[in-house]
Amino acid sequence: MGLAVLLMVLDHRGAGFTQVRAALSMPLSFLEYGISWPIQFVGKVNTMVSTHDTLVKENVDLKAQHLLLKAQVQRLVAIESENNQLKALLRSSTQVNGKVLIAQLLAVDSDPFVNQVMLDKGSREGVYIGQPVLDANGVMGKVIQVSPMTSRILLITDNHSGIPVQDMRNGVRAIAMGDSYSGNLHLINLPQTVDIRVGDQLVTSGLGEHYPMGYPVGEITAVIKDPGMQFATIVVAPKAQPDKSQEVLLIWPAQKVAAEKVVASIPVTQPLSPAHA
Amino acid sequence: MRDLNRWSLIGFTLFMAVVLTLLPMPNWAIWARPAWVLLVLIYWSIMAPHRVNIGVAWVMGIILDVLCGTLLGEHAFALVIVTFFVVRMHNQLRVYPALHQSMWVLVFVVIYQFILFCIQGFLGDAPKTLLYWSSSFTSMIIWPWISMMIRDQQRRHRTSM
Repeated sequence: MGLAVLLMVLDHRGAGFTQVRAALSMPLSFLEYGISWPIQFVGKVNTMVSTHDTLVKENVDLKAQHLLLKAQVQRLVAIESENNQLKALLRSSTQVNGKVLIAQLLAVDSDPFVNQVMLDKGSREGVYIGQPVLDANGVMGKVIQVSPMTSRILLITDNHSGIPVQDMRNGVRAIAMGDSYSGNLHLINLPQTVDIRVGDQLVTSGLGEHYPMGYPVGEITAVIKDPGMQFATIVVAPKAQPDKSQEVLLIWPAQKVAAEKVVASIPVTQPLSPAHA
Repeated sequence: MRDLNRWSLIGFTLFMAVVLTLLPMPNWAIWARPAWVLLVLIYWSIMAPHRVNIGVAWVMGIILDVLCGTLLGEHAFALVIVTFFVVRMHNQLRVYPALHQSMWVLVFVVIYQFILFCIQGFLGDAPKTLLYWSSSFTSMIIWPWISMMIRDQQRRHRTSM
């Protein structure tokens, strides 16, 4: 019992304890895979037996969507390379590209008061602690624990998570803290007079250097300015939907890629953009 | 050899309890998940207290902590305390009728949840919803079936004490 208390204190205080956790979770990752596999298998069977008609219809829809997105990406690639050129001219150190890797969520539940999910990629693929994770709609969280085959993601809606954000309308910067029980985020320490309205879009500001700049985080759903309080209460609905998305993106920000050539040699990764200034 | 046989059933039931703990559930039911590992531990520490006691409880707790992403030692601490009381009372618990036993299981699971609740409170994120306690009641309801199922298996394996 004393040992349990000691462990709790060490785990809470000691930063070096993450390695112990990672070592302990390594032999247990087979369990997570074992549970996740049949559930994903059922999903696969479901798609296999769905009728030909719906598949054809879905295929047509997806093709249309694909075309649309492709057209948008073409424009973005041009803009991105132009942007990088301009930044190079300005001798700015931030480059708008990086590496991405698609990972799958493992169908395993954590405790309901812990907002974390497991991914099926680990240190074998070059995942590192602190790495940002996105889904199709926005920033989802970051890696807090890595073992060879799996990694654990802290969602941005967790109480222990804070993410530096920026209002897209006017550039106001703030920190969005998670709130596990409502599943929303709160902007903290903003004065009552701040110019933030319901409907404003928030993106990552890139400060703190954990999350790359410019990815969507959420939308303001409520601004409560109570004169009795020191700060305004601002609620943000996150864009990412961890309970709906199956596949997520692991991101290697540009500086990291330059710093770690090891990552570049991994075949599964693909550059986000072919253009390089 | 017979000793190995006994341990294999204990190990298998505990393994299944961990699997059930990790199995994904629909969103409306996440709070109602019974404390599977605790229920199996209670069963074994009533039936075989010289095999399954606070040592096994501690190891299971650490495994749960690693798998659930909670503070390392949190579940271990709660399981050890509850198992200690169960082992102390195993002689009485063994002869109680099913309903009476279920009531005691409710008490044990509430203590277990209360300890977890306190530790989460120290960390600053205690569950704010009352649904958190629903797990105690689902555990109580599921207890008679669990104990019956394991007892049947035990008879088949001839591992009854």
